[in-house]
Amino acid sequence: MKQSFLFINCDEAKHICDKAQYGEASSWERVKLTIRLAYCRVTQSYSSKNSKLTESIEKAEVKCLKAEERKKIENQFKAELAKQQQNN
Amino acid sequence: MPNHQIDPNNWVKSYSDYLFNYTITRVNDRDIAQDLISETFLAGLKSMANFKGEASERTWLISILKRKIIDHYRKINSNKGKAEVRMGYLNNEEAEGDWLEERVADPFDKTAEDTLENSELGDAIHDCIDKLPEKQADVFKMKTILGYDTETICNELEITASNLWVIIHRARTSLADCMEENWF
Repeated sequence: MKQSFLFINCDEAKHICDKAQYGEASSWERVKLTIRLAYCRVTQSYSSKNSKLTESIEKAEVKCLKAEERKKIENQFKAELAKQQQNN
Repeated sequence: MPNHQIDPNNWVKSYSDYLFNYTITRVNDRDIAQDLISETFLAGLKSMANFKGEASERTWLISILKRKIIDHYRKINSNKGKAEVRMGYLNNEEAEGDWLEERVADPFDKTAEDTLENSELGDAIHDCIDKLPEKQADVFKMKTILGYDTETICNELEITASNLWVIIHRARTSLADCMEENWF
């Protein structure tokens, strides 16, 4: 009982690691992750890759369109495409 | 030998995010970036006959977009020149006549090296996102790039929170592997 309270399995550790990338892991979850990280190489490797990905995305300041913005461009383009196909 | 095919039906779905990321880092305004992308697609449509298939569709569209961005800066630079003659500086009489240039955002503010590296990194990330299944890509972009909260995404895509985290986990694993292979 005490073991499952403190010690988590690899899948749970990965899940907490994912949440931590978005600042959504609770303090207690972070404690459990830290304990797992101390001895599990699989979790260590996953956590390192995951943090690297987050850093890269932040560094590159990647941007993308919101769904409604894409829809607007799509509608405008489809109308032109239909016109062109009618003329051909 | 030309290998690449052209199919405008997929342009918006396949390239709009990539073009948007390319544009927003150069014009720093979402509305202007969207207008430039629309203009690029329309210009591409009109000049489809010029597509020889030597480069990919995306490269070809980027070359059109680059011209659109240059034209955009030419236009605002000529407007800025006119504005300098007509406008006072900060409506402050003491400062009247100071160079208006100071009030215009410098699009090349970052060092050239930083910009180039970040831009290439951004391209690599988008290339990897494009390889994800559509649903994973959508959820990942909404959560990670657009910064939507979990509840909003779940409501919009009609999925549960635990579904969302499974999708995010799969997307992040694939992306990390892809980046490991192509960038790190």
